[in-house]
Amino acid sequence: MENKLVVSPSPHIHSGDTIEKNMYGVLIALVPAFLVALYVFRLDALIITALAVLFCVGFEYLIVKYIMKKTPTVLDGSAIITGVLLAFNVPSNLPIWILALGCLFAIGVVKLSFGGLGNNIFNPAIAGRIFLLISFPAQMTVWPAPDIAGTVDAVTSATVLGNLKSNPELLPSLQTMFFGTEAGSIGEMSALALLLGLGWLLWKKVITWHIPVSIMATVAIFTGIIYIFNPIPLYNPLIHLFSGGLMLGAVFMATDYVTSPMTRKGMLIYGAGIGFITVAIRLWGAYPEGVSFAILLMNAFTPLINNYTTPKRFGEVVKHG
Amino acid sequence: MSVLLTAVVTLGVIGAGSAAILYLIGQKFKVEEDPRIQEVQDALPAANCGGCGFPGCASFASACVKADTLEGLNCPVGGQSTMDKVAEILGQTAPVAVKKIAVVRCSGTCEHRPRTNLYDGVSNCTIAAALYGGDTGCSFGCLGLGDCEESCTFDAIHINPETMLPEVVEDKCTACGACVKACPKDIIELRKQGPKSRRIYVSCVNEEKGGVARKSCEVACIGCSKCQQVCPFEAITIENNLAYIIDDKCRLCRKCVPVCPTNSILELNFPPRKDKSPKEEAATVDA
Amino acid sequence: MLKTFRIGGIHPKEQKVSAGNAIQPIAIPNQVIIPLGQHIGAPCQPVVKKGDTVKVGTLIGKIVGFVSANIHSSVSGTVLKLDKVIDASGYRRDAIFIKVEGDEWEESIDRSSDLKKECNLSSREILDKIAAAGIVGMGGATFPTHVKLTPPPGSKPEILIINGVECEPWLTSDHRVMMEKTEEIMVGITIVMKALNVDKAIIGIENNKKDAIEKFGKCAEAYPGISVEALKVQYPQGGEKQLIDALIGRQVPSGALPISVGVVVQNVGTVLAIYEAVQKNKPLIERVVTVTGKDIKQPCNILSRVGIPVANLINAAGGLPETTGKIVSGGPMMGKALASTDVPVTKGTSGILVIPTLEAKRKAMKDCIRCAKCVSVCPMGLNPTLLMNLTEFEVWDGAEKHRITDCIECGSCSYTCPADRPLLDYIRLGKGRVNTIIRNRKTNA
Repeated sequence: MENKLVVSPSPHIHSGDTIEKNMYGVLIALVPAFLVALYVFRLDALIITALAVLFCVGFEYLIVKYIMKKTPTVLDGSAIITGVLLAFNVPSNLPIWILALGCLFAIGVVKLSFGGLGNNIFNPAIAGRIFLLISFPAQMTVWPAPDIAGTVDAVTSATVLGNLKSNPELLPSLQTMFFGTEAGSIGEMSALALLLGLGWLLWKKVITWHIPVSIMATVAIFTGIIYIFNPIPLYNPLIHLFSGGLMLGAVFMATDYVTSPMTRKGMLIYGAGIGFITVAIRLWGAYPEGVSFAILLMNAFTPLINNYTTPKRFGEVVKHG
Repeated sequence: MSVLLTAVVTLGVIGAGSAAILYLIGQKFKVEEDPRIQEVQDALPAANCGGCGFPGCASFASACVKADTLEGLNCPVGGQSTMDKVAEILGQTAPVAVKKIAVVRCSGTCEHRPRTNLYDGVSNCTIAAALYGGDTGCSFGCLGLGDCEESCTFDAIHINPETMLPEVVEDKCTACGACVKACPKDIIELRKQGPKSRRIYVSCVNEEKGGVARKSCEVACIGCSKCQQVCPFEAITIENNLAYIIDDKCRLCRKCVPVCPTNSILELNFPPRKDKSPKEEAATVDA
Repeated sequence: MLKTFRIGGIHPKEQKVSAGNAIQPIAIPNQVIIPLGQHIGAPCQPVVKKGDTVKVGTLIGKIVGFVSANIHSSVSGTVLKLDKVIDASGYRRDAIFIKVEGDEWEESIDRSSDLKKECNLSSREILDKIAAAGIVGMGGATFPTHVKLTPPPGSKPEILIINGVECEPWLTSDHRVMMEKTEEIMVGITIVMKALNVDKAIIGIENNKKDAIEKFGKCAEAYPGISVEALKVQYPQGGEKQLIDALIGRQVPSGALPISVGVVVQNVGTVLAIYEAVQKNKPLIERVVTVTGKDIKQPCNILSRVGIPVANLINAAGGLPETTGKIVSGGPMMGKALASTDVPVTKGTSGILVIPTLEAKRKAMKDCIRCAKCVSVCPMGLNPTLLMNLTEFEVWDGAEKHRITDCIECGSCSYTCPADRPLLDYIRLGKGRVNTIIRNRKTNA
């Protein structure tokens, strides 16, 4: 053996886990939701998603290479996820140029100007969605009707949440909401598909249960308590769980590594905060949907939560066995 | 129009009122301070490097004003001109500062000191030194991972990628001592810069017995004491198989340099010798 | 439900390829090099000089200070010189070089292999014998055993825990010792129980050594007070604090020793050495070393004398493979990479692991993605990525507040990090710095 011996500090083995494995794990978890989206919105869903991914990856590559003058690592999967999630948050008939703007904002401003992966404070996809919502309210709140028959036309209808306050008699059945054929953005269709994704993420240990469960539990309990006193659809916990972007947000957006707390205690507080703010906006705010704002607001609290929560320390429990 | 006027007047009044309140509070809670401290501080280079031994220029200025004499107080970055200014402000005599410079006491380049293993850890000298003796046979020598370069705030020391040793940039080094503290092997030392920037030092810190040291590095000090014997000023000590030239006693006569069998003693910024033997080639290091 | 420790933990592939290979001897070379610092504490003072004749078991280095251990010659022959050798620390340290002549043992050592069960010595006498024999912790920590078995005044041990866990991947020396010296270990346990004056002992063995669990289980029936517990396989279960938490649910508080919860932990190899010292007058001069690795031709468990260069052991295992990139003394998680194969075997060398080049080099590190996987695997409940940042920016009071001194350096964090960050490297640096600050604070106070 003519080569020199390699010397480095321990440990000398590695689990083989990589950033890519985790990112692609998330993408796989999004496949069921994507399939439902294809079924409901046909070609539009495919075009929007593909273009969003293209824009996000493209903008990241260009900005990192030519403006930041560093080596681009676009294939680590995080830009792809931002693209998919942003696409899942918009109506399927959104004009392409608006989508491109959203991607530019999400990648360029929210992610890269803060320092790239690992250094951003706010979730790029969520911030991108809110940017589009505020800048283009008309295009962002017009939701195409589910188009199972196959004819792509311009019929639009209000979403579940839109009807929740004003026309509760137009609400689809819980079954429809769970399996996914009501009006809304591409990704928030089927609670079932999203839950399948959650199962995959937990099994592959990409995320832990703390954030999704705490968000859903808080929403259910908060609305549930009010529902006990006033059982109208507006306060029905199941409707809140299955409608809108709650599942998508709870499973895929709030669990983003970079913008969520690092300790178990912290994650539970974060999830509870999101659940609480979501319900508050949905019930008493001007917008029908509160998940995006809730996540964005709690993102701002993440550093504070990280500062004030610590993991369970060894030695704190001295139980005599 | 009246709306505009009202707005301007209201805002103007609020602004002026706030300014007045802030001024009054500023005056009431003003910290009384000897005004000379600020004057001295303004004369300092504001590098806040800690080379004077105080945590920052403000602290040093305060110490100067409070001291009875400026003896023992020196700003290495500002040098004599700065201390003269400070002395003028305080009506004292400036101490004569000896200009010092950082000196790297290792010549174990890749050529002289072959690598025997491959270090694959973090590029940090402190971490590598805690792990083992390094990727060569000499466990005292420079690791070349750049803790000194990291620590320098004056851009005055850089690792040469070919030799893997640090090199001091003479006109930038302020002898603040940051690199000395950063080096985990105590290889860097602050020595007198010397007249015309000339200095002589033993460029080795290896304390192993001569034979062992020489095996790992061609230019190691083997502790043979030839230099000590030839020095007319008793400026060289030998301890733990290692020769050391005492700064204050060395008169730069250069007698020790040619007698060293391994060319371990370096003479910087001297003119070439009249009688050049191959041994003297080792001497000149570019500033 | 098998017991295990409650916080953190990882599950690296076990790779116990040498588990079925019985302990084999190795030829003694012409020269051995015995380092004077094979334990935690001050290195020994040599008591021999060049030209002295020694036998196996002759005292060649004696205790210096309170935390230190004797060193005995592992061969018979003539002392060549007192010089320095590069040991596993990576630095040249003092050692005694002995030219080997024959294999004569000191007369006081009983070399018979029959089991001696009775021990009529008092606790003090047992401890003195252990001290005289130079016994140190053989799990790798090499803490002088007679010091560990002397609890500080005021503390009373209740339970003796025997560490048969061997949680590091690849290593099987403890496993083989447990299979082949079962009875001797049981007697050793009774001796230690006597020394500590406790009447309860638990042997913890991980569930991937079912044959050892069964064998000990049967043996223990004859010994009231000694029980065997199978544990779920998880790293770092062999760490003292984790083992105590797993077996009896008590967590040693931060900065304290196991004795503070009434427990003393001993490795099975150490217990065997204690049996041999007390019952057979044999000092610690040899130990079982696993030689293994992906491309090693004949992975084996070698009973090696202290002082034999690692190169000899690798040759006995089929020679150094062409693909060798790294040679590790110990296990892959906490072992030390060696810069040369001339390093001698010492009391703490539990294994030699040869890692191929393709797996030996680290991948380039990336920015932290705050996935918090390091937080979830840390067995001490720390936040490794935060500690690395605090160390990099030299925020020592913050590092101390976040319990950097609690780190047991198990390596689970670096192992798990998907961004390949060298978390443990920085934490070790920070730990050293903070400990120095704490020490200075105490001496200046």
